Amino acid sequence: MDVIEAKKFYLARYADFERALATAAAPAAWGGAIRSGAISRFAAAGFPGVRDEEWKYTSIAPILDVPFNPARSLGDGLVRERLGQLDLGAPVENRLVFINGRLSSELSTAPRLPAGVEAGSLAAAMRRSDARVASHLARYANYDNQGFVALNTAFMEDGGFIFVPAGVVIEEPIHLVFVALSADGAGVCYPRNLIVLERGAEASVVETYLSLERSLHFTNGVTEAVVGENCRLEHIKIQRESEEAFHIGTLQVQMGRSSRFTSHSLALGGALTRNDIDVALEGEGGDCTLNGLYIAGGRQHIDNHTRIDHVKPHCASRELYKGVLGGRARGVFNGKIYVHKAAEKSDAKQTNKNLLLSEGAWVDTKPQLEIHNNDVKCSHGSTIGQVDQDALFYLRSRGIGRSAACALLTQGFAGDVVARLPDAAGRAAIEDRVRERLEAISGDNGAS
Amino acid sequence: MLVIKNLHANVAGNEILRGISLTVGAGEVHAVMGPNGSGKSTLANVLAGREGYQVTEGAVLYQGKDLLKMPPEERAREGIFLAFQYPVEIPGVSTTYFLKAALNAVRKHRGLPELDAMDFLGLVKEKMRLVEMDQALMNRPVNEGFSGGEKKRNEILQMAMLDPKLAVLDETDSGLDIDALRIVAAGVNALRGPERAMIVITHYQRLLGYIVPDYVHVLSEGRIVKSGGKELALELEEKGYSWIEEQQPGA
Repeated sequence: MDVIEAKKFYLARYADFERALATAAAPAAWGGAIRSGAISRFAAAGFPGVRDEEWKYTSIAPILDVPFNPARSLGDGLVRERLGQLDLGAPVENRLVFINGRLSSELSTAPRLPAGVEAGSLAAAMRRSDARVASHLARYANYDNQGFVALNTAFMEDGGFIFVPAGVVIEEPIHLVFVALSADGAGVCYPRNLIVLERGAEASVVETYLSLERSLHFTNGVTEAVVGENCRLEHIKIQRESEEAFHIGTLQVQMGRSSRFTSHSLALGGALTRNDIDVALEGEGGDCTLNGLYIAGGRQHIDNHTRIDHVKPHCASRELYKGVLGGRARGVFNGKIYVHKAAEKSDAKQTNKNLLLSEGAWVDTKPQLEIHNNDVKCSHGSTIGQVDQDALFYLRSRGIGRSAACALLTQGFAGDVVARLPDAAGRAAIEDRVRERLEAISGDNGAS
Repeated sequence: MLVIKNLHANVAGNEILRGISLTVGAGEVHAVMGPNGSGKSTLANVLAGREGYQVTEGAVLYQGKDLLKMPPEERAREGIFLAFQYPVEIPGVSTTYFLKAALNAVRKHRGLPELDAMDFLGLVKEKMRLVEMDQALMNRPVNEGFSGGEKKRNEILQMAMLDPKLAVLDETDSGLDIDALRIVAAGVNALRGPERAMIVITHYQRLLGYIVPDYVHVLSEGRIVKSGGKELALELEEKGYSWIEEQQPGA
């Protein structure tokens, strides 16, 4: 489909969806005004094209080529049978599992949490007209001219809702696991998460995206996080869907005064993956850290788009993204730091490093600083390189074979991003996943 | 064990080795000395199989096999060990992980089972004592932030772990103070044995006061121009390399 046909297709699916919502039994008969606002914005703005500066290096044509219908939900018994031994990458006692975007109560165990803390299904919260949701949902992730965010906002049905009241500290991470599986044909799901931390609260949230099988599916997810004054939020996203999957994800973070936010974004899967992280430092003294690792082989395409807005004075941001690309994979890093006029004493540092393992691998890196205040400390830099030949010979001279040596050096390169993950978030298991992925792409020299 | 016949080698189009012949038997320690640029390190790198060193003529037989046909990892597994003049730093790879990967690759090739974590640690501890190495270094990335002496000790530790048949020490004395030199030499001497051969490459006689060779060869302009016993090293120390060069026809 071309962009016009694709737009028509999605608008028609929305009309079906809206009709279904009108029936009383619909699981998501809520958010009507938000939905209709979002779909009309989508109707006006449509999908982004490569002439759009923010989508310059990523063509979404492969996504538009497939008529993705909203993915069907499955009954719990069927899900358990199909999932079998799939490793969900999260402890059983503390996870919310979403199958094709909807909470599976059978696979989920609400974590034991202090009084007043909410960690559950967004759909359930909306059904009971939770005021905490109403006052935050869809207020931050801008869908005015972002087609995918608009579609998510129009079609959203479920996702995680995490609310931590003032002063409450949650030690254990809350795991949100999103499993896509095929149920009659290529499906799309629209996970929607909302994380709200009131003043002085602390939490960490792990989002993991998985495919049950190697099948064509599309995940278009949005997470909004509100990090209040003096709060601390650690957000981890592990994208390891299959190499046939399409994944577009947006994380929108609003940061209050003296708050701290850390993001770890690990993109390991997908045929085409795009991760947008947008952080607004809206209170003085905020501190934002973005760590990223992307690993792609074969014909995978992974695009990382980050934007940090220094709106208020005395905020700091640190960003480190590393990419390892083999085969004929393509990586993109496009990171913008925008220092607003009022944001004096901003301190921003952005680094992007890439390792290319094959002739056919490619990366576009575009670090950007836009500074509207003179009293700031900002730096950025990016590198693209190959495996160090001296180090490779050193390892081989000790008996380690070429491909194992390459994998080891590549792990060393990726290791410092993984090492920043907190222990409690399952770092050891994530390290194993990263190692597996690196081994898988190290042998692919890109010759086709 | 090792037979080098008329070996010629180029680096970046320049002929560096111009017909080296050398035979090394089990249990022997050969010193190769020579001025800067004589081809000492090139010889070491050709033996270890480094890319970018082109052999244009001659042959190298190791235990009866054509060494030059083997990739570097196979040479290592077959028992050749090169102690680097400049050990390489490898960020993000812990020394323990590296040593274990190397040891198990070599053991596998030799038909031995992989060592489990306990046995591995036991072996490392034993070998670290040999070179008086600080155990804290094991958790650090390979050679990263190591002092010059620590790097060279790490080379000898690796040699002790991998138990080679033929060790090539490329200017292991360079950059070492006298204490570090003594420790490194003691480690090397402890590894001498009737089954193991060594080629000790050095610019100075100093190291040979600690590691006493059976044979000394002097390399000049890519050829061995003089061979003798350990006393040759002392004579060189006294008279300088110009003494050898003056003895050459046409010099």
